[in-house]
Amino acid sequence: MSAGDILELSASAAAAAVDSGELSARELFETYRVRAAADRDAGIEGLNCFTWVADEVPAEAPPAPLHGVPIAIKDLFCVEGVPSQAGSRILEGYRPPYTASSVSRLREAGACLLAKTNQDEFAMGSSNENSAFGPVLNPWDRARVPGGSSGGSAAAVAAGLAPWALGTDTGGSIRQPAALCGIVGMKPTYGTVSRYGMIAFASSLDQAGPLTRDVSDAALMLRHMSGRDACDATSLHSASVEPPSARRLDGLRLGVPEELAGEGIEAGVLECCRSTLSLAEGLGADVAEVRLPHAPHALAAYYVLAPAEASSNLARFDGVRYGLRAEADDLLAMYTRTRHDGFGPEVKRRIMLGTYALSSGYYEAYYGRAQRVRTKIAEDFAAAFQSVDYIVSPTSPTVAFKLGERTSDPLSMYLSDYCTVPMSLAGIPAISIPCGLSDGLPVGLQLAGPALSDSRLLDAAHALEQAIEFDPRAARV
Amino acid sequence: MSENADAGAKGASDGAVPAAWEPVIGLEIHVQLATATKMFCGCELSFGERPNTHTCAVCLGLPGSLPVANARAVHFGLMIGLALGSELAPRSIFHRKNYFYPDLPKGYQISQYEEPLCRGGRLGDVRIHRVHLEEDAAKLIHVGASGRIHGSDASVVDFNRGGTPLAEIVTEPDLRSPEQCSEWLKLLRTTLRQLGVSDVNMEEGSLRCDANVSVRPAGARELGTKAELKNMNSFRYLERGIRAEIARQVEVLQRGGEVVQETLHYDPASDRLTSLRSKEEAHDYRYFPEPDLIPVAIDERMLARARAELPELPAARAERFQRQLGLSRESAQLLAFRAELGDYLEAALAAGAEPEPPPQALANWVSGELAGRLDEGADPASSRVTAAALAALVGLVSAKRVSVGAARQVLDKLVTEGGEDPAAIIEREGLAALDGGEELAAVVAAALDANADAAERVRAGNEKAIGPIIGTVMRETKGRADGGEVRRLVREQLGI
Repeated sequence: MSAGDILELSASAAAAAVDSGELSARELFETYRVRAAADRDAGIEGLNCFTWVADEVPAEAPPAPLHGVPIAIKDLFCVEGVPSQAGSRILEGYRPPYTASSVSRLREAGACLLAKTNQDEFAMGSSNENSAFGPVLNPWDRARVPGGSSGGSAAAVAAGLAPWALGTDTGGSIRQPAALCGIVGMKPTYGTVSRYGMIAFASSLDQAGPLTRDVSDAALMLRHMSGRDACDATSLHSASVEPPSARRLDGLRLGVPEELAGEGIEAGVLECCRSTLSLAEGLGADVAEVRLPHAPHALAAYYVLAPAEASSNLARFDGVRYGLRAEADDLLAMYTRTRHDGFGPEVKRRIMLGTYALSSGYYEAYYGRAQRVRTKIAEDFAAAFQSVDYIVSPTSPTVAFKLGERTSDPLSMYLSDYCTVPMSLAGIPAISIPCGLSDGLPVGLQLAGPALSDSRLLDAAHALEQAIEFDPRAARV
Repeated sequence: MSENADAGAKGASDGAVPAAWEPVIGLEIHVQLATATKMFCGCELSFGERPNTHTCAVCLGLPGSLPVANARAVHFGLMIGLALGSELAPRSIFHRKNYFYPDLPKGYQISQYEEPLCRGGRLGDVRIHRVHLEEDAAKLIHVGASGRIHGSDASVVDFNRGGTPLAEIVTEPDLRSPEQCSEWLKLLRTTLRQLGVSDVNMEEGSLRCDANVSVRPAGARELGTKAELKNMNSFRYLERGIRAEIARQVEVLQRGGEVVQETLHYDPASDRLTSLRSKEEAHDYRYFPEPDLIPVAIDERMLARARAELPELPAARAERFQRQLGLSRESAQLLAFRAELGDYLEAALAAGAEPEPPPQALANWVSGELAGRLDEGADPASSRVTAAALAALVGLVSAKRVSVGAARQVLDKLVTEGGEDPAAIIEREGLAALDGGEELAAVVAAALDANADAAERVRAGNEKAIGPIIGTVMRETKGRADGGEVRRLVREQLGI
């Protein structure tokens, strides 16, 4: 098999090729390793997708369902002995003594660690411009951002530098970069994948998920990493994810919320989504309007709750035990200088926001109120799912924007997650699939389902994907 | 004018509180739970092991690690709640208490805050405010002269203790004197020891007590401004610290000053209190619900299991000792509140000694004669004196087969040599009581001869003069004679 043929294979197809003996796991891994290493060595002259790339092909392992398919993993997943910095300077040189549960499960299923991917520092960002390793570039247009925070994972998969990648989504950090890079990205039901070993941003929202070339790959990855983990008290017993096979949507009701598919959404994005809904109707689906009255408040609630949790989660980076430590004469100065030098501006901004929101006298007005909004949003979804099976909206209000375009205006950056944050607050599964191009740039369509509907959500996405026939090849490097 | 303790006020040691003032004290007790593993991870608890050998990603707060609540600690918490008669929350939640300190690797302590496991309750005459679960901090060791963080050359952290499960028991401000505090804390200690939930050792830190102390004019209803006292790591220091703080506050108030709300550190070496922080410097802990943990939901099965494991508790046992054994209230409490003495008494009563010892006499011998011969606080069950031997001995005393004095000598032998059979010792040492027979009458007659002057005076009505005569008899019989019997014989032979 030629290198070109190998790169055309989805992860599922690559695993099958290794299983049938058409391809050796070693050749598969080395093909990707060489490409990933070249991107790493090129730095900002390449796409800057990776923070670390494997030095060598892993030793041959006993046969397992994933047959040695290489996987790229977002930097914030702890892997024993492998640099894991969550895109931050404050973890400079940190190599964890243990491996994240999700990564262990994928390895046990036969996946091999190819590389760690660049990301926004501590997953805080929507453009991958907040990384200690520099920005990631969008393979569709190198002057544009890949989205974030799992920007390195999305760009690597889109560019064919990795067959698939693992990311995390707190308010849209898998779905939005997947949309901007023209690939599939899924945030499973909160609790489906163990968070143990994921460097935390906002614990009640963080969820690991796949970034893949197609829906079948997303299902395959989720199948091999989901399930209850005794190390994560919030993880769930979930039903096994089955390989998606649907080609029709007969009898399914798709709800389009005007709150997420109207004002503020770029015309080209809306148009793409509308034509996809027509395709859905052609597959037998009923498309109806639904209301999510509190969804417009989701972003405000999110920017209280997520920073509040982050301000506490990031307190451990104090220079005492690991990572960066600034020299100083006393304890307070050491703390202050370490955190001053180690955290980037967006992380500092969110720590301050969160600290303020939790302060005595302000807690009820901010944190308490935001929690109540969160409950209302979850109730909105529950009500909507009484009348529709899935909720459909654009994933991102815009296509990929230019590097530097939003860095000076945090609020405009925060709006990138306008369509994805409501599902995060409700803890429900949502998937973004590429549905077309607008001005030559990919547009993502988001499908969301009720909690624990992950398997059938993937099935519906698969049917749509088959009808859309998105061509990703323009992004290959 | 307000005053704090920064000057290092030295407490007045005489401890007398002027009658015009009433101290009001509430206690906050931290109890290390004797679970196998830590509160939120699988590390075994550590007692004096090499530093940083009982640690993992979770208790070191490594990035990405997550806590999982220890079910055994919850079980112990429920047992404590049941023992104190608390209301048990069907659903309690953990919060994060945020502050920076090197002994706190996550930058927050996981603790219960708004919804504790147990609310209310009572132990003895003190009401319980709440009981909640949390994790212990690591241990900071300050290298250098002072042993405290200020003025030390370096500080090192031992994370072995970090994450040890703690139950924090908070009382209502129902205590009124240092002595009452230490008495009550002893009752709590015995209760917790009986429950088997903790080693409850103050010196080793498995039982730690802080005190909130305020003083108000006698008869006032409103509470005065309180100070929180820390670092009183023995019953003696607890009393001394509280006494010193009461004296300081009374002195401030008597001068027309105002007590400042602050946290004080008690230094037992100097008996001084120094201010750690004032109210203005108090932390804003930014509590919020711990998103990494699910609520602790208590079901009937958990409650049933906790109830099933509840032993008889000291207060109930004291009541039973009074009711069932007819012990005096004081004696019953003494034996019940020191569980090892109570256990020993019950073992002695169950030994089936013949003649049978009366319970009160046996109780007195256990708590007085035997305990007095052992190290303070020692468990008599680990002495050489078996409960059966003591029961037999007290039975012989009660049947007047051996005098009290001789029995004390037998007990001395038992303490040093052990042995099952006090009767054999009595036999061997010739300590059997001289009954009222001819042998004793002859000794008495000889004693009267030897103390002719005293005998005259007794005959003349001076009762006190009988002492030397009885003393001679006792000496001659090596204490084997019964004092009452000797007195009777003396009077008989003197014809009075």
